[in-house]
Parts: sequence; C-alpha cells; structure tokens
Amino acid sequence: MNLRSILLILNIIFPLLIFSQERDSIMAPSLEYDSIFSMSELSVYARRADEIVPSQRLSGKRLEALSTHSVADALRYFSGVQIKDYGGVGGLKTIDIRSMGTNHMGVFYDGIQLGNAQNGLVDLGRFSLDNVEEIALYNGQKAQIFQPARDYGTSGSVYIRTRRPRFDEGKNYNLRTTLKGGSFGLLNPSLVWEQKWNSSITSSISAEYTNASGKYKFRYRRVLPSGQVAWDTTAVRQNGDIQAYRIEGAVFGKTSDGTWNAKAYYYDSERGIPGAIVNNVWNHAQRQWDKNFFVQAQWTKHISNRYKFQINGKFANDRMRYLNPDTTQRYQDNRFCQNEFYLSTSHYVELLPGWQMNMAADYQYNSLSASLANFAPPQRHTLLLALATQYEYGRMRLMASLLGTNVWDRVDFANNITTSGNFLSRWSPALYLSYKPLAQLEDFSLRAFYKSIFRLPTFNDLYYTEIGNTQLKPENTHQWNLGFIYARDWHQGICRHIEIKSDAYFNLVDNKIIGVPKGSGQYRWMMMNLGKVHIFGIESTAETVLRLQRHTNLLLSANYTYQSATDHTNPTDNDPYYGTYGGQIAYVPWHSASLAGTLSWKSASLNYSFIYVGERYHTSANTRENYEQPWYTHDISASYRLQRRKFTLVFTLECNNLFNQQYEVILNYPMPGRSWKGILRAEF
Amino acid sequence: MNIFKHLRLILIIGIIFSSLSSCRHDIIIWPTDQEQIGSSQTTSISAFYLLNEGNWGSNKCTLDHYDYATATYTRNIYSWANPSVVAGLGDVGNDLQVYGSRLWAIINCSNKIEVMDARTASRVGQVNLASPRYIAFHQGYAYVTSYAGPVQEGNSYNQLGIVVKIDTLTLEKVDTCVVGFQPDGIAVVGNRLYVANSGGYLVPNYENTLSVIDLQTFSETGRIAVDTNLHRILPDKYGNLWVSSRSDYYDKPSALYRISNLNDTPLINHISASNSSNIVVSNMALKGDSLFVIGNDFSYTTNLATRNFAIVNVRTAQVLTTNFISDDTDNEILDAYGLAVNPYSGEIFITDANGYVNPGILRCYSPQGLLQWKIRTGDIPAHIAFMP
Repeated sequence: MNLRSILLILNIIFPLLIFSQERDSIMAPSLEYDSIFSMSELSVYARRADEIVPSQRLSGKRLEALSTHSVADALRYFSGVQIKDYGGVGGLKTIDIRSMGTNHMGVFYDGIQLGNAQNGLVDLGRFSLDNVEEIALYNGQKAQIFQPARDYGTSGSVYIRTRRPRFDEGKNYNLRTTLKGGSFGLLNPSLVWEQKWNSSITSSISAEYTNASGKYKFRYRRVLPSGQVAWDTTAVRQNGDIQAYRIEGAVFGKTSDGTWNAKAYYYDSERGIPGAIVNNVWNHAQRQWDKNFFVQAQWTKHISNRYKFQINGKFANDRMRYLNPDTTQRYQDNRFCQNEFYLSTSHYVELLPGWQMNMAADYQYNSLSASLANFAPPQRHTLLLALATQYEYGRMRLMASLLGTNVWDRVDFANNITTSGNFLSRWSPALYLSYKPLAQLEDFSLRAFYKSIFRLPTFNDLYYTEIGNTQLKPENTHQWNLGFIYARDWHQGICRHIEIKSDAYFNLVDNKIIGVPKGSGQYRWMMMNLGKVHIFGIESTAETVLRLQRHTNLLLSANYTYQSATDHTNPTDNDPYYGTYGGQIAYVPWHSASLAGTLSWKSASLNYSFIYVGERYHTSANTRENYEQPWYTHDISASYRLQRRKFTLVFTLECNNLFNQQYEVILNYPMPGRSWKGILRAEF
Repeated sequence: MNIFKHLRLILIIGIIFSSLSSCRHDIIIWPTDQEQIGSSQTTSISAFYLLNEGNWGSNKCTLDHYDYATATYTRNIYSWANPSVVAGLGDVGNDLQVYGSRLWAIINCSNKIEVMDARTASRVGQVNLASPRYIAFHQGYAYVTSYAGPVQEGNSYNQLGIVVKIDTLTLEKVDTCVVGFQPDGIAVVGNRLYVANSGGYLVPNYENTLSVIDLQTFSETGRIAVDTNLHRILPDKYGNLWVSSRSDYYDKPSALYRISNLNDTPLINHISASNSSNIVVSNMALKGDSLFVIGNDFSYTTNLATRNFAIVNVRTAQVLTTNFISDDTDNEILDAYGLAVNPYSGEIFITDANGYVNPGILRCYSPQGLLQWKIRTGDIPAHIAFMP
C-alpha cells in the first residue's frame, strides 16, 4: 500500500474511530486532574468548540513535554506548518503557514508584532521556550476583534506569550532557575524572577545565556541502483557555533477599570553561518552578529460594560552585522540598522447584546540603513485602519473585518539626490463564520472563512542595492477555508477530553515576489512580481486525554496535513516532467504529520513525539534530481518532579532523533542525528 | 468503557505511523538518461559536452553530452561515470574546455578544476584552486584565472586576482601571476596572455583593463584600458582580440570592443550596429569570420531589459544582424545564457537558463537561424566544448 493511500485512510478513519467511542460519559462538576493539566488549561479546552478561526495552540505542560528548544521546534507540531530548518542550535529556522510563504506570517510577541522591514523574516529559532507560556497559531487573524489594526494584516499569525507572573497563596515572589546542557556543546542557563509588589503590580525579569559549539556528526551516503554503496562519508558540521544572551523585564499592573503592562527586551548574539555542504567545501567562515532591542507597552481601560479601549506602543532597534572573511569568496562586512516605531489605539463597543464592534488605528514607522555601496536608505510610514465586527445569533457566529492600509515610502538616493515616494492604499476584507448545526450537539461546529490580504515588498525587495526593484507591487493572498471542530470534556471516566478538527482550504498567492536573475553573470538578481501559487490543503488534528487510572493520565495528539501547492507562474514551462508549471513548489511536502503522547504518573512523566515530513522537491521542477527524501524523527523525554514545600526540583532527560536518522530539511544542509539534553530546573 | 479499546486505537495509530517510517530509502546515483534528438552526422566534430552550472549552494553542477554519430543526448554523464566521487562534480561550473584527450571543467564554488578523460568523462584528477573562473591552454600548460589572489593590506581588504599556470600532464600548479581585481576571460595571442579584469567585487569602482602577461617570464608586462567591468575575451584569426564589458548595470550598457594592433599601441574600437546603436553582450562565439554575440542586459536605472542575437564580421567589424534567429523563436527564450557554434557545421547552440533554478533548455539553430531542435538539460546550461 502506498504512502498516500495510507495517509488518506488515516485521515478518514482516525477521527471516526474516536467519534465512535464514549458517548456515554456525562458531565460532572468535579475536576481532579493531577500533574499534567492545570485548571486554566482545561478551561481553554472547554471553549474550543466555539472557535471561529482555525487555530492551534501549545501551552504550559504540553509545551514542556515536547522536547523542543525554540519556538520554531514547537511549531513543527502544528498542522499546516512547514519549517525551513538549516540545522543546529544557531541555524536559521523559519516557518510558513499553508504554503503561502514565510513573509506572510506575522509573529506577535506578547501582543505586538515583531517586525523586520528589511527582509520580512523572523528567525523563530532565536526565541527559546524558557520564558514562554503559550504559542498559538491562527489561520488569518486572531479570533477576537478587540485588537490593533496590525493584527488583521497577515495571512497567518503566531502569538508567542511569555509567562505572566502568578503567585501561589501566601507567596509574593517566584524564582526559577534552569540549566540545560547536552549535545552540540550546549550550555544554557536561565533565570526567571517574578515579584509581587502589591495587589496591583507585579514584575518579571527573565535572563538567559546560550552557548553551543554547534558541532555534530553527519553522514552522507549514495548508492548505485544495484544497491552497492557509491560513497559513504561522515563529517562534523562546522561553523554552527552560537553565543547569545537575552534579558527581558516586564511590569504588569491592574487598575480598578483596566490593565497595563510594559516590557523591555534585549537579545545579543554572535553565530557562525554553517553554509551548504558541497563538493570540496565542507566548512564555511561566515559570521553574523545581531542586537535586537525593543520596549513596548499596552494599556486597556474599561469605560463601561459597553465600551473599552486599548493603547499599544513599541520602539524597536535591530542591528545586524554580516561578515564573510572567506578569501575563496567575496569579502563582505556589512552592517544593517533598523528602527521601528509603532503606536496603536483600538476601541471596542458593544452595540447590542451579541453584536460588538472594534475600531483600530495604527501608525508605524520603519527605517533601514546599511553599509552597502550605492545603498539608498529607505523609510516607511504605514497607517492602518481596521473596522471589525462580531455578531452572534443563535447557533451562528460571524466575524468580519476590513483593514485599510496606507503606505508611504521615502528613499534618498545619494547619487542624484532624488527622493522617491511610493504610496499604496488598499482595503482588505476578511469574513469568518461558524455555525452549530445541531442544537443537541453543542460541541460540534462548522466554520468557514475568506480572507484577502497582502504583504508589502520588504526593504530588501524594493531597495537592496542591485537586487531591489522599486516597481514592485504587494504580494497577494486569498484564502478560503471550510472545516469543523468537535471538542468535548468529561469529568469522569477514562476519556476526559476529545478534540477533533479538520479544515480544507484553498489559497491563491499571486504577484508573488521572486528573485529573477538579470543581465550577464556575477549573480545579478532582481525581484519581480512573477509568481503565482495555487494551494489546496486538508488539515486534521485530533487529541484526547485519557485517565487510565488515578494518577495516571495519557495525552495523545495527532496532526495530519495534505497539501498540493502548485506553481502557476510560467504557463509555457509546461513540460510534464521537467516543467515548473503545475509542479509542487519547493520544499512543500504533500503529506506531513506529527504525533505526540505524554504519559504521566504522579510526579513522573514520559513523553514521546514523532514528526513526519513526506517527500518533497527542492524546486517546482519535480524531477528525480530535485527529489527530497521524506524525513521523520522520534523524540523521547522523561521528567521527574520533586516537591518539598515551596521548593520544586525538576529533572528532565531528552533524546532527540532517537533512531539517528540522517536527513536534510533544506538541500545540502545536513541535520543533526541523535542528540541528548539534560535539564535541571529549580523553583522557589 | 474499556481500556483495551484505547490500546487498540493506539496500536492502530502506531502501526500506521510505523508503516510510514519505511518510506525513506537510500539516495541513488541515477544512471544517465538518454534521448535521441537531431539527425546523425559524421563530421570532424564527433560530440560536445555541455556544463550545467547549477545554482549557488545547490551542488548541482552537471555534465551533459551529445554524440553526433548516434544523435544521442545524454544527461548528467559525470556522476554515472564517477560514482565514487564524494558529492559529485560540485557547485557552480564556470568554464569547460577540451585540450588534447582531456576535458577540463572549472568548478567555481567547489574551488577546483576537474580534469576528465574527454571520451568517457571519467575523472583523471583534480586541481584545487580557490575561486577559479576561466581557462586557456598553450603548449602543454593550462592557464586559469582566479579571484583568490593575495589580499591587499589596509582596511579595504581588497583581494587581487591571479592567473595560475598548470602542467596539463602532471596537474601540478607550476607558477602564479598576479593580475587585476576579479579576473575573468583569458586568451592567448602569440606569446602573450590577455586577461580581462572585472573588479566586480569593488562596486562601484570596477576595473577597466586587460592585463598583458608575457608567457616566457609569466609576469604582467602591461595593461590595456578598455571599458568598465570586462568579462570575455576571444582572439580571432586576424590577431585581434574581441572583448566584452559588463559595465555597471546602471547607466552604462554592456558593450563589445575589438582590440587590434596588439603588438604595438593597441587600438580599441567600440562595436555598434549600423544605426550606431550599442550591441549588448553576455556571451560570444566565433566561427570563421562571424562573431556571434548574444546580449541580455538589464539596467537598474531604467528597469528595462535589452536583448540581441547579433553577428559581427570580425574582418570588417561590421554588425551583420542584430537578430540571427530568423524564425521568431527567440521569443521562447526566457534567459539566453550560453552560446556556442559548431566549428564544422556552423550549427548555433543557445542555452536558456529558464529561471536559473530549474532545468534549462539547449536550443540548436541551423546556420540560417532556424530552430532545429531543443532539449532539456541540467540547471543553468552554460558552457559547451566540442570534441574532434
């Protein structure tokens, strides 16, 4: 039986299998979960059947149970997500949702978007999970309307929420120190200090240091069709070292009619860029330095039961230095500096019971300077206006939004001192609908959405010396989605929670910005609005919590994604084998899946997770030379918690890629084989 | 409610997932694939090789082969002829020449020169050289330009280029001569070597000279100033050099020059069409008195592309045509890249890089400019070497 048919069958039968069991449980008021779930996590589950926007989230203990180091690693467990991982602790990791491209994804850190006007990429490998409480992914926008205009402006969004200080009865501080160490020379101590100053003000400081040599063995092997080994070589990945520290502090306040918080963040790193492994070149010398700083604040005030408002503000400064000291290549030492200033105000009004409205206005300023020859530093002013409404009528819910985007770019070309203004003004709609078809089946709802949005060309796309194209138009996406969700909790019996959801979608990406070589030689590229991609996909998620015995819980979750993402850029390149037209786009697998299980018994837990990424091609010409093997890794970890009054000690041992699979996510970037990590955490 | 029900479910899921796990298999070195194309010819040219550059970092430089007698096109002949070479031919091919019984391929980003048996493409040896660019031969020696010469002192960290002299029998590097910045094209005329210095890494302060090297002493004896960012050099049978400049990609277009009177004070002629419009150059090839010139220019100032498929008479320096493709099939070419002319039959080969990340197309035109056939190649087909 071939892979595709197995997976399609899995997709069909797996939800049904779960459906057919346990309809006899009844609701009971007592909640008595130990070790793996806290009350607050469960209350999140209970509301899920009302979810109007397809979303996925990982939080608290479940996030801890996955043997993951960074936000990017954790996102691999979501369906519809493709990760581009260049390998190692310091390697670049970016994700894209539903094959629309990395630039279409917004990443929000404690409620405010992380920007990168230069290249639109957010390296999620840099965000460690040390201080992260929840990661949530939304297709389109977040399922609430009371938010800034910018939150409506992406095709998909990831919300990273850091830990909010919470204090046990009679405690006014929390201290948490963690030490991680293991393969790749990893040494990663961190500290979190949370303090309750009075009944309305709390604060948190989190600091972390990461040091890793990034060295790991990898093996490349080729065989002849006869099965005879052509060559087989093992080497050590070089120049993947990283040294980074992060410090962030936050203050949280409560007033009688609202809340506020302010935070500052600083990240400083130096890393090697390991580079592609090619014939005769097995190590690289390129280095990169990053300094990222931001301060942000949020203030929410309830004026009455029917009106509240929110103000958000941020300033960010990002510095990057890239050095290529390799004398076999072009020597480069480039520095880039970006500034961002952001201010937003949102107003939420309940017009009638069940009918709410939000109006938001955001202003954003971005600038970039670079030490490049012929570089004209750009500045961008963005004004966003959003109007959103939410309406509930019986078993139907509706959410609609309209985002107006106005952009002015200003570039000072040094050579002939001209200033180019680039103005864009556009409205983007989104419509979400959910409906519970059966009154007696409260836990089941159908949902649908349409969203049309675009991403602006980045500063690099537009103005990078000799690559940028000032004539670029925005890259558009249109998303149509139809799906269902079934979620139910029980308070007794073996099965305590079931959640099944599945969505089918069609996305259209046009005016896709792609690099096109121009002119004669020397790698001259030019960005053009040429690409067009059609994406059809199915995502399914199922999870269950089983109470096997008193003190013994089992959590199982499974994700499966099917995607056909075809290149419709050049209709003349339509050779059925060599052509790119109709070919699956680069690095998007048809099938991907993940499976995670946590078995907990009293203070001990055992975690297992499995990730599968099916066959792919590294370009949209789907030839055998461009074929990429499927890869799948098994990770296990065991953890034990020791509690003595206010003092807690947690030991964890992880083994990632248990079967030592030698694989690549990106062509010529070998991934690590089996690796180990030990974690020791003390909480006071 | 029965726990075994759940165990059964877990088991089923487990079985399904573990059956997926059997899907990964060994990565195979594929046998070459062959196609019949064109018509059988028996002439003094028996075959040609085509070097596909492969995009940077992809390690997909491959070698294709066409046999005239059997009219057979063979893709990716190197990896099948040399299955034990770790990671294959390498990353980014940049030049290909036949010298005697051997085939020399310059593999730029693999920092090497691959030397093969010209009949079988099986490896004879490799010469390690950082950032090699173009190759020329003279009396048993190969001369290869490289960007990776001595680093200049000071803050600018500029690195001069070199020409390396290689014994074609022992494959030993025997001598080195420092030239200008980022040297590209290389050619031998008489007992002198001419090297086109580009200065491509010094944007916007490009080089504009040819280096002249005396072959006896293997030292630079002078410079000839021509134009910004020189690229290719081709000597004709009248003792002239045909030189192309890439120029600056902004206001200046690429251009073609004839350099005559080489032994005395060189004379430099800018070649333009009869209506005095410029001829843009990305590649050129010579047969008899005809210099075939393809150009594919793009200006960052105007964002406009200029193309031509020109023929220049090297005796008169007259542009005979700016589009030698007579059947309008030039519109089918997405990225005109490589160019070669069969020295016997006059067939014109133009390669289409087809977006530079996907398999390209080799197009064969008759001397009259009519499309004879086309065939898929590896990624970025670029350099053709004919075999006697």
